[in-house]
Amino acid sequence: MIPPDMIGIVSLGMVVFTAILMVIFALIQRRFPLSIRSIPAFNRIRRAVSLVVEDGTRLHVSLGHGNLQTQFGAAAFAGLSMLRRLGEITSLSDRPPIATSGNSVLNMVAQDTLRTAHEAVAVEQSFDVNNGRLTGLTPFSYAAGVMPIIRDESISTNVLIGNFGIEVGLLAEAAERQNAVVIAASDNLPAQAVLYAASPDPIIGEELFAAGAYVQAGRMHSASLLTQDVLRWLIIIAMLGGAILKVVGDLLK
Amino acid sequence: MKRIFPVINAVIAISFGLIVLLGYFITSVPALTGFRALLLQWSVLLAGMAVLVGVGNLFSVHMQKITQKKPGALYSMVLLVFFLITFVIVLVVNYAPAVAGFPGLIDFQNILLNGIMVPVEVSLMALLTVTLLYSTVRLLRWRIDLKTILFLATALLVLISTGPLTAQLPLMSNLGGFIQILSTGGARGILIGVALGTLTTGLRILFGADRPYGGK
Repeated sequence: MIPPDMIGIVSLGMVVFTAILMVIFALIQRRFPLSIRSIPAFNRIRRAVSLVVEDGTRLHVSLGHGNLQTQFGAAAFAGLSMLRRLGEITSLSDRPPIATSGNSVLNMVAQDTLRTAHEAVAVEQSFDVNNGRLTGLTPFSYAAGVMPIIRDESISTNVLIGNFGIEVGLLAEAAERQNAVVIAASDNLPAQAVLYAASPDPIIGEELFAAGAYVQAGRMHSASLLTQDVLRWLIIIAMLGGAILKVVGDLLK
Repeated sequence: MKRIFPVINAVIAISFGLIVLLGYFITSVPALTGFRALLLQWSVLLAGMAVLVGVGNLFSVHMQKITQKKPGALYSMVLLVFFLITFVIVLVVNYAPAVAGFPGLIDFQNILLNGIMVPVEVSLMALLTVTLLYSTVRLLRWRIDLKTILFLATALLVLISTGPLTAQLPLMSNLGGFIQILSTGGARGILIGVALGTLTTGLRILFGADRPYGGK
Protein backbone atom coordinates (compact mmCIF):
# COMPACT_ATOMS: atom_id res chain seq x y z
CA MET A 1 0.00 0.00 0.00
CA ILE A 2 1.26 3.50 -0.89
CA PRO A 3 1.79 5.70 2.23
CA PRO A 4 -0.52 8.78 2.26
CA ASP A 5 2.45 11.14 2.45
CA MET A 6 3.84 9.65 -0.78
CA ILE A 7 0.53 10.41 -2.57
CA GLY A 8 0.76 13.95 -1.20
CA ILE A 9 4.34 14.40 -2.41
CA VAL A 10 3.50 13.05 -5.88
CA SER A 11 0.48 15.41 -6.06
CA LEU A 12 2.68 18.30 -4.92
CA GLY A 13 5.16 17.31 -7.64
CA MET A 14 2.37 17.63 -10.22
CA VAL A 15 1.48 21.08 -8.90
CA VAL A 16 5.16 22.13 -9.09
CA PHE A 17 5.38 20.70 -12.64
CA THR A 18 2.32 22.77 -13.64
CA ALA A 19 3.86 25.87 -12.05
CA ILE A 20 7.13 25.35 -13.97
CA LEU A 21 5.23 24.92 -17.24
CA MET A 22 3.34 28.16 -16.59
CA VAL A 23 6.55 30.10 -15.93
CA ILE A 24 8.22 28.66 -19.06
CA PHE A 25 5.23 29.54 -21.26
CA ALA A 26 5.03 33.04 -19.75
CA LEU A 27 8.72 33.60 -20.57
CA ILE A 28 8.36 32.18 -24.09
CA GLN A 29 5.48 34.56 -24.77
CA ARG A 30 7.72 37.56 -24.27
CA ARG A 31 9.30 36.72 -27.63
CA PHE A 32 6.55 34.69 -29.32
CA PRO A 33 3.07 36.04 -28.50
CA LEU A 34 0.38 33.38 -28.28
CA SER A 35 -2.36 33.22 -30.89
CA ILE A 36 -5.59 31.78 -29.48
CA ARG A 37 -8.62 30.39 -31.27
CA SER A 38 -11.65 32.61 -31.51
CA ILE A 39 -14.43 32.05 -28.96
CA PRO A 40 -17.58 33.96 -30.09
CA ALA A 41 -18.68 34.81 -26.53
CA PHE A 42 -15.39 36.55 -25.69
CA ASN A 43 -15.45 38.45 -29.00
CA ARG A 44 -18.92 39.64 -28.03
CA ILE A 45 -17.64 40.85 -24.64
CA ARG A 46 -15.15 43.19 -26.35
CA ARG A 47 -17.83 44.68 -28.60
CA ALA A 48 -20.39 44.94 -25.80
CA VAL A 49 -17.98 46.63 -23.40
CA SER A 50 -17.10 49.27 -26.01
CA LEU A 51 -20.83 49.87 -26.39
CA VAL A 52 -21.21 50.35 -22.61
CA VAL A 53 -18.65 53.19 -22.65
CA GLU A 54 -20.06 54.79 -25.80
CA ASP A 55 -23.77 54.85 -24.96
CA GLY A 56 -23.42 55.56 -21.23
CA THR A 57 -25.12 52.38 -20.06
CA ARG A 58 -23.89 50.05 -17.37
CA LEU A 59 -21.92 46.80 -17.21
CA HIS A 60 -23.09 44.13 -14.79
CA VAL A 61 -20.74 41.36 -13.70
CA SER A 62 -22.27 38.56 -11.66
CA LEU A 63 -19.86 36.28 -9.85
CA GLY A 64 -22.19 33.54 -8.64
CA HIS A 65 -22.16 32.12 -5.14
CA GLY A 66 -18.89 30.17 -5.08
CA ASN A 67 -17.26 30.08 -1.68
CA LEU A 68 -13.64 31.23 -2.03
CA GLN A 69 -12.62 28.73 0.67
CA THR A 70 -13.68 25.76 -1.46
CA GLN A 71 -12.83 24.49 -4.96
CA PHE A 72 -15.85 26.42 -6.30
CA GLY A 73 -13.90 29.60 -5.59
CA ALA A 74 -11.74 29.07 -8.71
CA ALA A 75 -14.63 29.97 -11.01
CA ALA A 76 -15.24 33.06 -8.89
CA PHE A 77 -11.56 34.00 -9.20
CA ALA A 78 -11.88 33.70 -13.01
CA GLY A 79 -14.87 36.06 -12.78
CA LEU A 80 -12.89 38.44 -10.56
CA SER A 81 -10.06 38.74 -13.13
CA MET A 82 -12.70 39.50 -15.73
CA LEU A 83 -14.30 42.07 -13.39
CA ARG A 84 -10.92 43.72 -12.81
CA ARG A 85 -10.16 44.05 -16.51
CA LEU A 86 -13.66 45.08 -17.61
CA GLY A 87 -13.99 47.34 -14.56
CA GLU A 88 -10.96 49.33 -15.69
CA ILE A 89 -12.42 49.82 -19.15
CA THR A 90 -15.96 50.69 -18.08
CA SER A 91 -15.12 52.86 -15.07
CA LEU A 92 -14.79 55.64 -17.67
CA SER A 93 -18.49 55.24 -18.49
CA ASP A 94 -21.10 57.65 -17.05
CA ARG A 95 -22.48 54.78 -15.03
CA PRO A 96 -19.89 52.69 -13.17
CA PRO A 97 -20.07 48.86 -13.37
CA ILE A 98 -22.03 46.79 -10.86
CA ALA A 99 -20.82 43.47 -9.42
CA THR A 100 -23.26 41.08 -7.75
CA SER A 101 -22.53 37.93 -5.79
CA GLY A 102 -24.22 35.39 -3.57
CA ASN A 103 -21.43 34.92 -1.06
CA SER A 104 -20.36 37.46 1.54
CA VAL A 105 -16.58 36.89 1.26
CA LEU A 106 -16.81 37.00 -2.53
CA ASN A 107 -18.80 40.23 -2.25
CA MET A 108 -16.08 41.88 -0.18
CA VAL A 109 -13.41 40.81 -2.68
CA ALA A 110 -15.60 42.04 -5.58
CA GLN A 111 -15.98 45.44 -3.91
CA ASP A 112 -12.22 45.64 -3.48
CA THR A 113 -11.65 44.62 -7.12
CA LEU A 114 -14.07 47.31 -8.30
CA ARG A 115 -12.27 49.87 -6.12
CA THR A 116 -8.86 48.85 -7.50
CA ALA A 117 -10.16 49.04 -11.09
CA HIS A 118 -11.71 52.44 -10.33
CA GLU A 119 -8.47 53.80 -8.83
CA ALA A 120 -6.39 52.39 -11.69
CA VAL A 121 -8.10 54.68 -14.19
CA ALA A 122 -8.19 57.53 -11.62
CA VAL A 123 -11.67 58.74 -12.55
CA GLU A 124 -12.77 61.92 -10.81
CA GLN A 125 -16.09 60.66 -9.45
CA SER A 126 -15.89 59.01 -6.03
CA PHE A 127 -16.15 55.23 -5.70
CA ASP A 128 -19.47 53.88 -4.41
CA VAL A 129 -18.92 50.71 -2.40
CA ASN A 130 -22.57 49.75 -3.01
CA ASN A 131 -21.69 48.94 -6.63
CA GLY A 132 -20.52 45.60 -5.21
CA ARG A 133 -23.72 43.96 -3.97
CA LEU A 134 -24.59 40.85 -2.03
CA THR A 135 -28.05 39.97 -3.31
CA GLY A 136 -28.84 36.79 -1.40
CA LEU A 137 -27.20 33.93 0.43
CA THR A 138 -29.03 31.00 -1.16
CA PRO A 139 -28.91 30.28 -4.93
CA PHE A 140 -32.49 31.30 -5.68
CA SER A 141 -32.60 34.29 -3.33
CA TYR A 142 -29.38 35.42 -5.03
CA ALA A 143 -31.04 35.10 -8.45
CA ALA A 144 -34.16 36.88 -7.18
CA GLY A 145 -31.96 39.75 -5.97
CA VAL A 146 -30.04 40.04 -9.26
CA MET A 147 -33.08 40.06 -11.57
CA PRO A 148 -34.33 43.57 -10.54
CA ILE A 149 -30.79 44.92 -10.97
CA ILE A 150 -30.70 43.60 -14.56
CA ARG A 151 -34.10 45.26 -15.15
CA ASP A 152 -33.80 48.61 -13.38
CA GLU A 153 -30.18 49.77 -13.59
CA SER A 154 -29.78 50.65 -17.32
CA ILE A 155 -27.61 47.60 -17.92
CA SER A 156 -26.68 46.82 -21.50
CA THR A 157 -24.12 44.04 -20.90
CA ASN A 158 -24.31 41.20 -18.40
CA VAL A 159 -21.26 39.04 -17.78
CA LEU A 160 -22.21 36.09 -15.58
CA ILE A 161 -18.99 34.24 -14.74
CA GLY A 162 -18.54 32.12 -11.63
CA ASN A 163 -20.12 29.25 -9.76
CA PHE A 164 -23.83 29.22 -10.61
CA GLY A 165 -26.39 26.46 -10.43
CA ILE A 166 -29.44 26.07 -12.67
CA GLU A 167 -30.80 29.40 -11.34
CA VAL A 168 -28.51 31.07 -13.88
CA GLY A 169 -31.27 30.33 -16.42
CA LEU A 170 -33.46 32.93 -14.68
CA LEU A 171 -30.69 35.54 -14.91
CA ALA A 172 -30.03 34.85 -18.60
CA GLU A 173 -33.75 35.08 -19.31
CA ALA A 174 -34.09 38.36 -17.36
CA ALA A 175 -31.24 39.85 -19.40
CA GLU A 176 -32.75 38.64 -22.67
CA ARG A 177 -36.04 40.33 -21.78
CA GLN A 178 -34.17 43.66 -21.55
CA ASN A 179 -32.47 42.99 -24.91
CA ALA A 180 -29.16 43.19 -23.08
CA VAL A 181 -26.05 41.24 -24.06
CA VAL A 182 -25.50 38.11 -21.95
CA ILE A 183 -22.21 36.27 -21.70
CA ALA A 184 -22.47 33.46 -19.18
CA ALA A 185 -20.24 30.66 -17.92
CA SER A 186 -20.30 28.35 -14.93
CA ASP A 187 -18.15 25.50 -13.68
CA ASN A 188 -21.29 23.60 -12.73
CA LEU A 189 -22.40 20.94 -15.26
CA PRO A 190 -26.22 21.36 -14.99
CA ALA A 191 -25.74 25.14 -15.23
CA GLN A 192 -23.70 24.67 -18.42
CA ALA A 193 -26.54 22.63 -19.92
CA VAL A 194 -29.02 25.34 -18.95
CA LEU A 195 -26.78 28.05 -20.43
CA TYR A 196 -26.41 26.09 -23.67
CA ALA A 197 -30.14 26.59 -24.15
CA ALA A 198 -30.51 30.01 -22.53
CA SER A 199 -27.61 32.02 -23.91
CA PRO A 200 -26.75 32.77 -27.55
CA ASP A 201 -23.00 32.10 -27.19
CA PRO A 202 -22.49 29.44 -24.53
CA ILE A 203 -19.10 29.02 -22.83
CA ILE A 204 -18.60 25.32 -22.17
CA GLY A 205 -16.27 23.56 -19.72
CA GLU A 206 -12.85 24.99 -19.04
CA GLU A 207 -13.39 27.87 -21.52
CA LEU A 208 -14.54 29.73 -18.41
CA PHE A 209 -10.96 29.78 -17.13
CA ALA A 210 -9.70 31.16 -20.47
CA ALA A 211 -11.62 34.41 -19.95
CA GLY A 212 -8.57 36.31 -18.66
CA ALA A 213 -6.48 35.42 -21.72
CA TYR A 214 -9.19 36.71 -24.05
CA VAL A 215 -9.55 40.09 -22.33
CA GLN A 216 -5.74 40.56 -22.27
CA ALA A 217 -5.49 40.32 -18.49
CA GLY A 218 -1.78 39.46 -18.73
CA ARG A 219 0.83 36.99 -19.99
CA MET A 220 0.24 34.62 -17.11
CA HIS A 221 -3.36 34.07 -18.25
CA SER A 222 -2.23 33.02 -21.73
CA ALA A 223 0.50 30.87 -20.16
CA SER A 224 -2.04 29.10 -17.97
CA LEU A 225 -4.18 28.45 -21.05
CA LEU A 226 -1.25 26.77 -22.81
CA THR A 227 -0.41 24.81 -19.66
CA GLN A 228 -3.99 23.52 -19.47
CA ASP A 229 -3.72 22.34 -23.09
CA VAL A 230 -0.43 20.53 -22.45
CA LEU A 231 -1.76 18.89 -19.27
CA ARG A 232 -4.94 17.85 -21.05
CA TRP A 233 -2.91 16.07 -23.75
CA LEU A 234 -0.79 14.38 -21.08
CA ILE A 235 -3.95 13.15 -19.35
CA ILE A 236 -5.37 11.89 -22.67
CA ILE A 237 -2.12 10.01 -23.40
CA ALA A 238 -2.10 8.56 -19.85
CA MET A 239 -5.74 7.43 -20.17
CA LEU A 240 -5.23 5.85 -23.59
CA GLY A 241 -1.95 4.27 -22.45
CA GLY A 242 -3.69 2.86 -19.36
CA ALA A 243 -6.51 1.42 -21.46
CA ILE A 244 -4.09 -0.17 -23.95
CA LEU A 245 -1.96 -1.67 -21.13
CA LYS A 246 -5.11 -3.08 -19.50
CA VAL A 247 -6.25 -4.71 -22.78
CA VAL A 248 -2.74 -6.11 -23.46
CA GLY A 249 -2.53 -7.36 -19.86
CA ASP A 250 -5.89 -9.15 -20.18
CA LEU A 251 -4.87 -10.69 -23.52
CA LEU A 252 -1.60 -12.01 -22.09
CA LYS A 253 -3.29 -13.66 -19.07
CA MET B 1 2.06 53.89 1.63
CA LYS B 2 -0.22 53.33 -1.37
CA ARG B 3 2.60 51.40 -3.02
CA ILE B 4 3.74 49.50 0.08
CA PHE B 5 0.35 48.07 1.13
CA PRO B 6 -0.31 46.10 -2.08
CA VAL B 7 3.19 44.57 -1.83
CA ILE B 8 2.69 43.60 1.83
CA ASN B 9 -0.75 42.15 0.94
CA ALA B 10 0.80 40.11 -1.87
CA VAL B 11 3.62 38.79 0.36
CA ILE B 12 1.16 37.76 3.11
CA ALA B 13 -1.30 36.16 0.66
CA ILE B 14 1.36 34.24 -1.29
CA SER B 15 3.27 32.99 1.77
CA PHE B 16 0.11 31.90 3.60
CA GLY B 17 -1.19 30.32 0.40
CA LEU B 18 2.03 28.31 0.08
CA ILE B 19 1.85 27.19 3.72
CA VAL B 20 -1.74 25.97 3.28
CA LEU B 21 -0.81 24.19 0.04
CA LEU B 22 2.23 22.46 1.58
CA GLY B 23 0.26 21.57 4.72
CA TYR B 24 -2.39 19.93 2.55
CA PHE B 25 0.07 17.68 0.71
CA ILE B 26 2.74 17.02 3.36
CA THR B 27 0.98 15.56 6.36
CA SER B 28 4.06 14.15 8.13
CA VAL B 29 5.20 17.54 9.47
CA PRO B 30 2.93 18.32 12.46
CA ALA B 31 4.00 21.98 12.68
CA LEU B 32 2.98 22.54 9.07
CA THR B 33 -0.40 20.79 9.35
CA GLY B 34 -1.07 22.50 12.69
CA PHE B 35 -0.34 25.94 11.27
CA ARG B 36 -2.46 25.17 8.22
CA ALA B 37 -5.38 24.16 10.46
CA LEU B 38 -4.96 27.40 12.46
CA LEU B 39 -5.00 29.50 9.26
CA LEU B 40 -8.13 27.72 8.05
CA GLN B 41 -9.83 28.32 11.43
CA TRP B 42 -9.03 32.02 11.12
CA SER B 43 -10.45 32.07 7.61
CA VAL B 44 -13.68 30.45 8.84
CA LEU B 45 -13.98 33.09 11.58
CA LEU B 46 -13.36 35.89 9.09
CA ALA B 47 -15.91 34.38 6.70
CA GLY B 48 -18.45 34.45 9.57
CA MET B 49 -17.76 38.14 10.11
CA ALA B 50 -17.99 38.70 6.35
CA VAL B 51 -21.60 37.43 6.45
CA LEU B 52 -22.44 40.27 8.85
CA VAL B 53 -20.68 42.78 6.59
CA GLY B 54 -22.52 41.33 3.57
CA VAL B 55 -25.89 41.63 5.29
CA GLY B 56 -24.95 45.23 6.15
CA ASN B 57 -24.25 45.79 2.43
CA LEU B 58 -27.65 44.32 1.51
CA PHE B 59 -29.32 46.65 4.03
CA SER B 60 -27.37 49.67 2.81
CA VAL B 61 -28.15 49.02 -0.90
CA HIS B 62 -31.89 48.76 -0.26
CA MET B 63 -31.87 51.75 2.10
CA GLN B 64 -30.19 53.78 -0.67
CA LYS B 65 -32.88 52.62 -3.09
CA ILE B 66 -35.62 53.85 -0.74
CA THR B 67 -34.04 57.23 0.03
CA GLN B 68 -33.28 57.92 -3.65
CA LYS B 69 -36.78 56.70 -4.66
CA LYS B 70 -35.34 54.41 -7.31
CA PRO B 71 -37.56 51.94 -9.25
CA GLY B 72 -38.57 49.07 -6.98
CA ALA B 73 -38.20 51.14 -3.78
CA LEU B 74 -41.44 49.66 -2.46
CA TYR B 75 -40.03 46.11 -2.75
CA SER B 76 -36.89 47.29 -0.95
CA MET B 77 -39.06 48.61 1.88
CA VAL B 78 -40.88 45.26 2.18
CA LEU B 79 -37.52 43.49 2.17
CA LEU B 80 -36.12 45.69 4.93
CA VAL B 81 -39.23 45.34 7.12
CA PHE B 82 -39.15 41.54 6.88
CA PHE B 83 -35.38 41.56 7.26
CA LEU B 84 -35.69 43.40 10.60
CA ILE B 85 -38.61 41.27 11.81
CA THR B 86 -36.78 38.02 10.98
CA PHE B 87 -33.53 39.27 12.52
CA VAL B 88 -35.23 40.24 15.82
CA ILE B 89 -37.38 37.08 16.03
CA VAL B 90 -34.47 34.69 15.35
CA LEU B 91 -32.24 36.60 17.78
CA VAL B 92 -34.86 36.50 20.54
CA VAL B 93 -35.81 32.83 20.01
CA ASN B 94 -32.19 31.65 20.03
CA TYR B 95 -30.45 34.00 22.45
CA ALA B 96 -33.07 35.34 24.88
CA PRO B 97 -34.53 32.28 26.64
CA ALA B 98 -36.65 34.41 28.97
CA VAL B 99 -38.59 35.94 26.06
CA ALA B 100 -38.35 32.87 23.78
CA GLY B 101 -41.10 31.19 25.82
CA PHE B 102 -43.58 33.83 24.61
CA PRO B 103 -46.47 31.90 22.97
CA GLY B 104 -46.31 31.64 19.20
CA LEU B 105 -42.80 33.08 18.80
CA ILE B 106 -41.16 29.82 17.67
CA ASP B 107 -44.17 29.10 15.41
CA PHE B 108 -43.76 32.54 13.85
CA GLN B 109 -40.08 31.83 13.22
CA ASN B 110 -41.02 28.55 11.51
CA ILE B 111 -43.64 30.34 9.39
CA LEU B 112 -41.00 32.83 8.23
CA LEU B 113 -38.75 30.00 7.09
CA ASN B 114 -41.07 27.17 6.03
CA GLY B 115 -44.09 29.27 5.12
CA ILE B 116 -42.43 32.07 3.16
CA MET B 117 -38.79 31.44 2.23
CA VAL B 118 -39.01 27.79 1.17
CA PRO B 119 -42.23 28.15 -0.91
CA VAL B 120 -40.90 31.28 -2.65
CA GLU B 121 -37.68 29.48 -3.62
CA VAL B 122 -39.64 26.43 -4.81
CA SER B 123 -41.88 28.64 -6.95
CA LEU B 124 -38.77 30.21 -8.50
CA MET B 125 -37.66 26.68 -9.37
CA ALA B 126 -41.05 26.10 -11.03
CA LEU B 127 -40.63 29.35 -12.93
CA LEU B 128 -37.24 28.11 -14.11
CA THR B 129 -38.91 25.06 -15.69
CA VAL B 130 -41.13 27.29 -17.82
CA THR B 131 -38.16 29.58 -18.61
CA LEU B 132 -36.11 26.61 -19.79
CA LEU B 133 -38.91 25.38 -22.02
CA TYR B 134 -39.12 28.83 -23.59
CA SER B 135 -35.32 29.01 -23.95
CA THR B 136 -35.31 25.65 -25.73
CA VAL B 137 -37.80 26.91 -28.30
CA ARG B 138 -35.74 30.11 -28.71
CA LEU B 139 -32.58 28.04 -29.17
CA LEU B 140 -34.00 26.86 -32.49
CA ARG B 141 -34.24 30.50 -33.57
CA TRP B 142 -30.70 31.39 -32.47
CA ARG B 143 -28.75 28.59 -34.04
CA ILE B 144 -29.93 25.54 -35.90
CA ASP B 145 -26.86 23.35 -36.31
CA LEU B 146 -25.96 19.74 -35.70
CA LYS B 147 -25.01 20.39 -32.06
CA THR B 148 -28.35 22.06 -31.31
CA ILE B 149 -30.33 19.25 -32.94
CA LEU B 150 -28.30 16.65 -31.00
CA PHE B 151 -28.81 18.61 -27.76
CA LEU B 152 -32.57 18.82 -28.22
CA ALA B 153 -32.93 15.22 -29.42
CA THR B 154 -30.90 13.97 -26.43
CA ALA B 155 -32.97 16.05 -23.99
CA LEU B 156 -36.16 14.63 -25.49
CA LEU B 157 -34.87 11.04 -25.37
CA VAL B 158 -33.78 11.39 -21.74
CA LEU B 159 -37.17 12.84 -20.82
CA ILE B 160 -39.02 9.96 -22.51
CA SER B 161 -36.68 7.28 -21.15
CA THR B 162 -37.08 8.49 -17.56
CA GLY B 163 -40.85 8.99 -17.83
CA PRO B 164 -43.68 6.62 -16.85
CA LEU B 165 -43.81 5.06 -20.34
CA THR B 166 -40.45 3.30 -19.82
CA ALA B 167 -42.11 0.00 -18.84
CA GLN B 168 -44.01 -0.09 -22.15
CA LEU B 169 -41.00 0.99 -24.23
CA PRO B 170 -37.98 -1.15 -23.25
CA LEU B 171 -36.04 0.14 -26.28
CA MET B 172 -36.35 3.68 -24.94
CA SER B 173 -35.03 2.56 -21.57
CA ASN B 174 -31.98 0.94 -23.24
CA LEU B 175 -31.40 4.04 -25.35
CA GLY B 176 -31.61 6.17 -22.21
CA GLY B 177 -28.99 3.96 -20.57
CA PHE B 178 -26.69 4.33 -23.57
CA ILE B 179 -27.06 8.12 -23.48
CA GLN B 180 -26.24 8.02 -19.76
CA ILE B 181 -22.92 6.29 -20.56
CA LEU B 182 -22.06 8.88 -23.23
CA SER B 183 -23.03 11.79 -20.98
CA THR B 184 -21.02 10.41 -18.04
CA GLY B 185 -17.92 10.23 -20.28
CA GLY B 186 -18.51 13.76 -21.56
CA ALA B 187 -19.15 15.08 -18.04
CA ARG B 188 -15.88 13.54 -16.80
CA GLY B 189 -14.03 15.20 -19.68
CA ILE B 190 -15.51 18.59 -18.80
CA LEU B 191 -14.75 18.06 -15.10
CA ILE B 192 -11.10 17.22 -15.90
CA GLY B 193 -10.91 20.48 -17.88
CA VAL B 194 -12.50 22.41 -15.00
CA ALA B 195 -10.05 20.81 -12.53
CA LEU B 196 -7.09 21.88 -14.69
CA GLY B 197 -8.54 25.39 -14.90
CA THR B 198 -8.94 25.44 -11.11
CA LEU B 199 -5.31 24.38 -10.65
CA THR B 200 -3.89 27.06 -12.96
CA THR B 201 -6.17 29.73 -11.44
CA GLY B 202 -4.85 28.87 -7.99
CA LEU B 203 -1.26 28.98 -9.24
CA ARG B 204 -1.80 32.40 -10.82
CA ILE B 205 -2.81 33.70 -7.40
CA LEU B 206 0.24 32.07 -5.78
CA PHE B 207 2.44 33.72 -8.43
CA GLY B 208 0.82 37.08 -7.66
CA ALA B 209 -0.34 37.43 -11.28
CA ASP B 210 -3.97 37.65 -10.08
CA ARG B 211 -4.42 39.73 -6.96
CA PRO B 212 -8.03 39.57 -5.80
CA TYR B 213 -6.86 41.17 -2.53
CA GLY B 214 -6.12 44.46 -4.31
CA GLY B 215 -3.08 46.03 -5.95
CA LYS B 216 -1.96 46.19 -9.56
